[in-house]
Amino acid sequence: MSQGALQQAHEDVHKTQPWNNPDTVPFIRFENVTKKFGDFYAVDDVSLDIYRHELFALLGGSGCGKTTLLRMLAGFEEPTSGKIFIDGVDMAGVPPYERPTNMMFQSYALFPHMSVEQNVAFGLHQDGLPKSEIRTLVSDMLALVQMSKFATRKPHQLSGGQRQRVALARSLVKNPKVLLLDEPLGALDKKLREQTQFELVNIQEKVGTTFVMVTHDQEEAMTMASRISVMNDGVIKQTGTPFELYEYPNSRFTANFVGQVNLIEGVLVDDDEKYAIIRSDDADCDIYIDHAVQGHQGMTFWIAIRPERVRLITEKPEDTKYNCLSGKVEEIGYLGGLSTYHVRLDSGIRIKVTEPNSTRQIEPRYTWDDRVWATWESGAASVLSQ
Amino acid sequence: MSSDKLTLKQRYDRWMIKHGRVLVIGIPYLWLMLFFLIPFLIVLKISFATAEYAQPPYSSLFTWIDEGVNITINFGNYLFLLSDSLYISAYINSIRIAAISTVITLLIGYPMAYGIARAQGSLRSVLLMLVILPFWTSFLIRVYAWIGILDREGLINALLLNLGIISEPLIMRQTEFAVYIGIVYTYLPFMILPLYSTLEKMDVSLIEAALDLGCKPWKAFVRVTLPLSMPGILAGSLLVFIPSVGEFVIPELLGGPNTLMIGRTLWNEFFANRDWPIASSVAIAMLVFLVVPIMWFQHIQAKQAENGQ
Repeated sequence: MSQGALQQAHEDVHKTQPWNNPDTVPFIRFENVTKKFGDFYAVDDVSLDIYRHELFALLGGSGCGKTTLLRMLAGFEEPTSGKIFIDGVDMAGVPPYERPTNMMFQSYALFPHMSVEQNVAFGLHQDGLPKSEIRTLVSDMLALVQMSKFATRKPHQLSGGQRQRVALARSLVKNPKVLLLDEPLGALDKKLREQTQFELVNIQEKVGTTFVMVTHDQEEAMTMASRISVMNDGVIKQTGTPFELYEYPNSRFTANFVGQVNLIEGVLVDDDEKYAIIRSDDADCDIYIDHAVQGHQGMTFWIAIRPERVRLITEKPEDTKYNCLSGKVEEIGYLGGLSTYHVRLDSGIRIKVTEPNSTRQIEPRYTWDDRVWATWESGAASVLSQ
Repeated sequence: MSSDKLTLKQRYDRWMIKHGRVLVIGIPYLWLMLFFLIPFLIVLKISFATAEYAQPPYSSLFTWIDEGVNITINFGNYLFLLSDSLYISAYINSIRIAAISTVITLLIGYPMAYGIARAQGSLRSVLLMLVILPFWTSFLIRVYAWIGILDREGLINALLLNLGIISEPLIMRQTEFAVYIGIVYTYLPFMILPLYSTLEKMDVSLIEAALDLGCKPWKAFVRVTLPLSMPGILAGSLLVFIPSVGEFVIPELLGGPNTLMIGRTLWNEFFANRDWPIASSVAIAMLVFLVVPIMWFQHIQAKQAENGQ
């Protein structure tokens, strides 16, 4: 396949959305995979499909099982039960050195006694390729990650960002079916990380390899991934595109983990095909939702509202029946482009609001202890039952 | 009064900050100077003297004749070492036995060090403790214990005879074999400990990376673990090799009359022949032999420091 065609194939992932097409055969498949360490369930009955050309992210806090899942793909751990398929082949009992995967380690794991070139060539030597071919492949790969100049350096003579590129080159040069990345940008400082995120995506688009990445950084996952699985306690809480996860979280955990959110607990008091009304002890008004919810009256729900979807007003609105909470500004974070406000509601709970500073102000819009009313569009909130 | 005291203390503190470092480094150097360098120079001096029936039993290098100092340096001892095949073969034998022992120690010590380095936390400290434990008894007693084990009427022979595996006792003591056993047994911890410390520091993900890139476990060991543990291998080998060359107690107690090693030759010259100048030159020659591998090791270490390993 030519470069152009490869790139086409990848870009299509976002358009074709193979995960929405039941006829597409998944490239990687986890079938009820469980991994126990002693009595501890690191991964608990996970089933997951990943499609060709995806840049898939496993997102979660430390100890959530994301790295174990990745290591099972690489072959460093065997599942306690369940099956893993890569490109239709059952991976049970296949050792790491026979798997069509390569891994980029969190520590990069560059061989300190070898030069950049030797590190990148290492895997190709194991395949017994002719020397001339190895040389071409290595120099092409170093060019791709812009490290040609440093070919003869030893790893300790490189900066963190350069080591990261060498590690990427070393794992990509074998042209694996799946590239596994364990916190690929974790060791870089913030600025370099942001820059490298896009580079990594570009490289992935160029080579078309399926990437599976582990990260604890939701922003990184959102920026880079075609789809994300949010994990907690060895379980996948939700899988979806960054858009789906942010706009349609299925649980309080996902809503909290992906971006920031205000959660208000309440009880369904009235519903219809077109609307639902939720009453909460924490709100001094009822909450109106512009769509039907799954559930019966009297059931507990959580309203999830993103801070940037809440509007603050200083005058008491005329209609305060629905979606209007009054409170006092308790904390202000001025970030330049945005300001964040913590508003202590009269009911006692605190909500977070972010507002863009899209026009230049003579003085700050609100100050501490200002009385404000927080409102939002009836379609802005998600209703969560768990 | 009290302010006076304070300034005295302050003065002391300032002095310590300025010169304390020199003091800390200086004391051990002074110690080495007194108890290593000066005796060494004395031995060096004796090696250039001639044996005499006197007290001390060697000639003086410096004699005062009328107006000046007459210096008599006798290279004869060194020439004698070269001309007498006894010394040459003692040196060669010592180096051979030390080298073979070092290789055996490495072959036994490496897997042990590897196992300890890869063991789980609490088990690891127990295993390390077991390696160090023999140091708690006297070296001499441990070598004597081997006599009891290897002797004609020793433990091994008794066991094998009783089991009917052999009909006549094996001759193990007073052979070169027993010397190897003694050296390998005694110096094994000196091999294991430096190997352990390099292997323990090594990032396990390096081996995983090698496996991931297509190496079978054995090849990953050869291409990654082995080269990265080279500093430990070198340090351990030198710690075993150098003292083994000059070993006296083990060949004396476990070796036979034919086990010719330089340590024993040295002892004979000093105490049996009372030829101090020859004995001293034997000692100096041995030191020169050993300086070469030490310098080589230093060179390699300096190179590795440059490479940042």
